[in-house]
Amino acid sequence: MPLAERPLSPHLQVYRPQLTSVLSFLHRMTGVALAIGTLLLVWWLAAAASGPDSFAAAQSLIGSIVGRLLLFGWTFALFYHLANGIRHLFWDAGYGYELTTAYRTGWLVVIAAVGLAVLTWLLGYAAGGAL
Amino acid sequence: MNSLRSALGRARGLGSAKEGVEHWWAQRVTAVALVPLVLWLAYSIARLSFAGHAAVIAWIAQPWVAIALVLTLFATFYHAKLGLQVVIEDYVHGGFAKHAMLLLNTFAMFVLGAGSIFAVLKIAFQG
Repeated sequence: MPLAERPLSPHLQVYRPQLTSVLSFLHRMTGVALAIGTLLLVWWLAAAASGPDSFAAAQSLIGSIVGRLLLFGWTFALFYHLANGIRHLFWDAGYGYELTTAYRTGWLVVIAAVGLAVLTWLLGYAAGGAL
Repeated sequence: MNSLRSALGRARGLGSAKEGVEHWWAQRVTAVALVPLVLWLAYSIARLSFAGHAAVIAWIAQPWVAIALVLTLFATFYHAKLGLQVVIEDYVHGGFAKHAMLLLNTFAMFVLGAGSIFAVLKIAFQG
């Protein structure tokens, strides 16, 4: 019997979304997004290394509305992946598998990600003199 | 219960894939390292996103900042390479496309890592 005809595990299309599965999916999504987002960081560092003119061009894009939204999205993805990554490390150590615990830590991750992203930019704007 | 594994096989701790838990472990080690590094980097970037060239150069050129940045970039691209590899292995089937993407992932993460670390070192050494 060909291997390809074996039954597959439930697909996203037929599986009712729930907090645990959505967060698991988001962990991968944010991971891939952050890998792509490193392009912005590399570009920023390369612009700083090559001189004031190219750096001014990079800063003006980052300072625009689109740039700010990108940066905020990047920060949210970063903190989500970070918080959920710590949740994963606890699972790796054998803790937090009970359903109620998994849901509680799941919501905690969401709150931490939003909170840290907002806090980072409040501190950043305050330090940058824009607040 | 009797094990069918030889004493040598058990001591080596390698499964049928002939490699151990290096990939899994390296992903966790880089994850733990990135927890403090990334918190520091995110705050620094938010703070410096308003700064001019001279201020950013002066920040990067500080020895501890340069060292921390190099460590952050190394751990980031190592972690990203491992993570993207797993995603590709899970979703891209078929010999050529899969291997081409795995190779591209490895090359891209090394190029971005080397490029960004070089930029930091250039600023650190030249000011």
